[in-house]
Amino acid sequence: MSVEPETSPEMSTAEVCDAGYQALAAAFPGLETSVFRGQRRVVVPAASLAEAMRQLHQAGFDLLVDVSCVDYLEYRGATSRYGLVYLLANTRTNERLTVRCFVDDPEPTVPSMVPLWPSANWLEREAWDLFGIRFTGHPDLRRLVMPEEFTAHPLRKDYPLQGRGERHNFPVISREQS
Amino acid sequence: MAITAPQPQTVFPRQTSSLDARLELPENVVVSRLDELASWCRKNSLWPMPFATACCGIELMATGAARHDLARFGAEVFRFSPRQCDLMIVAGRVVMKMLPVLQRIWLQMSEPKWCISMGACASTGGVFDTYAVVQGIDRFIPVDMYVPGCPPRPEQLIQAIIDLQDKIQREGTITGREFDTAARQLQKRALTESGNPLTLDASRNPVIQRQLAAERSAAAVR
Repeated sequence: MSVEPETSPEMSTAEVCDAGYQALAAAFPGLETSVFRGQRRVVVPAASLAEAMRQLHQAGFDLLVDVSCVDYLEYRGATSRYGLVYLLANTRTNERLTVRCFVDDPEPTVPSMVPLWPSANWLEREAWDLFGIRFTGHPDLRRLVMPEEFTAHPLRKDYPLQGRGERHNFPVISREQS
Repeated sequence: MAITAPQPQTVFPRQTSSLDARLELPENVVVSRLDELASWCRKNSLWPMPFATACCGIELMATGAARHDLARFGAEVFRFSPRQCDLMIVAGRVVMKMLPVLQRIWLQMSEPKWCISMGACASTGGVFDTYAVVQGIDRFIPVDMYVPGCPPRPEQLIQAIIDLQDKIQREGTITGREFDTAARQLQKRALTESGNPLTLDASRNPVIQRQLAAERSAAAVR
């Protein structure tokens, strides 16, 4: 799946502060990339995600702002089902980088980023909870927001909006029992 | 000049009951039933448990604050411990993860206790018809009053509390028999199945009692 070419003409690549990205591009030639409103985006294959993120961490991206996920089921032009989005920031140079990584059913799996950025812990738990992405190497991959006994991953597009009856599955307390 | 005779005025005799005949009540003494006394005390000292989960909670706070002043109805003592409360006000949507908490708090409250479902979300799930939101708390705990609105105005909540006070005064008993709904249903069913005209309390209806006595004596003769 390709990143849409939305580079605005007045914002050329030369103005983009992307020293960290250039280091990554030197190590991994041929990465899909684009610039949108002065910010660099790059697509990294799942196989080389761990090594690329380790290099980015060493290149000065000391803050993992967010880990989120997109379900591209029945999305036009999509070739992979899930797109993971990592938002990185370098707090010294203010450089920001969006790293995307596409994974597929069954068992969408990516390496965990907790060893590099501890902030990934709950973010990855949330992605596991709502999308069912497995993060190998995560120290504590439990559900974050849904109840523990929940079995589905409700933000997947093939999950019905009103659920599969989980919300009605509680004991009823009547007047006599209370 | 015609003189019209004064119209005879209807004279209502003072209603006397059998109690008056026997008791000379001193001044400022009222005779009532213990049930009514207990209900009168309870309805005027409702201590709400604010289960406020969403924007209805803001209106609930406004109801307790100076302008609307819930203290006028004796219900201003919001307690955050269920052991001290007898009125649960569920204000806002309740999600799947919150419902076990809600049920536990409801079970922890001591009898007699009542529940107000405040707002569209607590009553029906409101616009949140999704996998995570419970579609009305009355599916899982008993509810006495529903307040419509999104969110309801403080006046509406006050009206619900006034109505609940009426309900407590009307049905309340000192032993809490009114909460024993299964027994009440059984009583009503027995009355309808007996073939007699349906009254709320057949044991005090002299017509029914006479009928029953006649049937019993006829059966004894046979």
